[in-house]
Amino acid sequence: MPAVTESFSRDDVVYVARLARLDLEPGEVDLYAAQLASILDHVAAVTGLDTTDVPPTAHPLELENVLRPDTPGSTLDRDEVLAQAPLAEAGRFRVPPILGEAP
Amino acid sequence: MSGAARDIPVGALATARAVRAGEVRARQVAEAALARIETFEGELHCFNTVTADAALAAADGVDAAVAAGRDPGPLAGVPIALKDNLCTRGVVTTAGSRILEGWLPPYDATVVRSVVAAGAVVVGKTNLDEFAMGSSTENSAFGPTRNPWDPGRVPGGSSGGSAAAVAAGLVPLALGSDTGGSVRQPASLCGVVGMKPTYGLVSRYGLIAFASSLDQIGPFAATVADAAALLDVIAGHDPADSTSLAVGFEPVSPRLDEGVAGLRVGVISDFLADASPSCVAAVRAAADVLGRAGAVVEEVAIPALMLGLSAYYLVAPAEASSNLARYDGVRYGLRVDGPDVTGMNGRTRSAGFGPEVKRRIMLGTYVLSAGYYDAYYGQAQRVRTLVARGFADAYERFDVLVGPTSPTVAFEIGAKATDPLAMYLSDLYTIPTNLAGHPAVSVPFSLSEGLPVGVQVLAPALGEGAMFRAAAVIERGADPQARGPIEPRATKVAR
Repeated sequence: MPAVTESFSRDDVVYVARLARLDLEPGEVDLYAAQLASILDHVAAVTGLDTTDVPPTAHPLELENVLRPDTPGSTLDRDEVLAQAPLAEAGRFRVPPILGEAP
Repeated sequence: MSGAARDIPVGALATARAVRAGEVRARQVAEAALARIETFEGELHCFNTVTADAALAAADGVDAAVAAGRDPGPLAGVPIALKDNLCTRGVVTTAGSRILEGWLPPYDATVVRSVVAAGAVVVGKTNLDEFAMGSSTENSAFGPTRNPWDPGRVPGGSSGGSAAAVAAGLVPLALGSDTGGSVRQPASLCGVVGMKPTYGLVSRYGLIAFASSLDQIGPFAATVADAAALLDVIAGHDPADSTSLAVGFEPVSPRLDEGVAGLRVGVISDFLADASPSCVAAVRAAADVLGRAGAVVEEVAIPALMLGLSAYYLVAPAEASSNLARYDGVRYGLRVDGPDVTGMNGRTRSAGFGPEVKRRIMLGTYVLSAGYYDAYYGQAQRVRTLVARGFADAYERFDVLVGPTSPTVAFEIGAKATDPLAMYLSDLYTIPTNLAGHPAVSVPFSLSEGLPVGVQVLAPALGEGAMFRAAAVIERGADPQARGPIEPRATKVAR
């Protein structure tokens, strides 16, 4: 396993895990820091290239808005969709409190 | 083929022909496929779900159509396996992840509707690396798939279950998805044909998203003609996918055997530098086959393609980190309760995602985060342009390009499991095609120490016709022992 380099520190792992809503065990932090540093060191080869005047490509196609007539169509069956939710109630998804109010 | 399968034609087109002609019943074909799955599934683990009852019912429907004189479709009665990241209404769809374990999609992917409408009989959902992230199918939450040529080795990935199922003769056809080589690389490692279409040619509606600007669904088959027949069924515009191409697609099958006389073929020299000797030899021999068939073959250097891997491992994780944000424990799949909604999200995602998915989500989150966005993600997008330009320059002089599909033959299970970067290098020669949105196909060509070696044919956007004609010529010049279906080798040691 390569040593942790500055390209992906332990603190970076803790930071991005929080952004990405991943609760990591302490042991996982060290493992991922080492692995992600190794990966990033390899892919960072492209960061040194001179790409002045090279436009970015976000997508292989020229994307444009796709519109259709504003007419009602069929939708997914609500009960079938809610049946797959971890918790549903009264025709809605049920989630834990968001702003600290009582559930 | 042994036992009950004796009277069943081998291959998709032969099966469909016999079913349509009433020479064999679709039910017999389905029963034979299900029996063979039963025989080998314990050893190979190609499937996450086998839909035996639904398959027999669908086969009966095909037989009823034949009996009534209705057109049962071009793939009438042909068993097909679907990668388990393709949504099937009411049939468990997991993407190889605990976070979707037991999920019943409320709709079918467009490709599923297309193959069913063509008369194909879905027999099950195949194993994959979790969310299609991997090159060995070892990242599945439900255990690895084994390579039918050597059960101690990986089938490649991420569509390893589909590739192995076709190689072992469990099904004549399968669908996979290819984001950086996930159809072509396992096809090469399993000795079958695997193809990635032009971006937008096949609808992605109902494909569980990994990296949306790179993902394409593609066919697996034992032969080029069978793969072409499946492509012809799944290609076409779909209003449900906003990136679906609204162009007329000329089916590839009718002109498959027109040959390569005068076709300009470039052998990508950059891909020969580091590939294993057997993979390089296969490419050179396949190029000779094309040359003898009348193609004009030359070597071409496209150094920009070698930048593709680095750009891909910035772009694909970035898109994945965004796409996988939807697994939040609210609408479907796993939920692990927490003190508040944020705590619930974190616990759910930690418990539901495996290590490779977590790595890519974190890498993607990092390269998109403030302060790093332009240095990593922005730069990767500019390098993506360089890759596309490299191809564009080459395609001014060549109609198709050839190279290895994979740098090596199938490797041993566990060999790269603890070194993510080594695993990523498996996709060195397949990734540039995805970055450019082009088509490419892997054709089985030769054997190296008893393991199959595939050759890749690449083409510019919508160049499927010439690409398939070249693939068909290469196939005719290939070692017939190097391709499936085979009788799977028995496991040497219980593992």
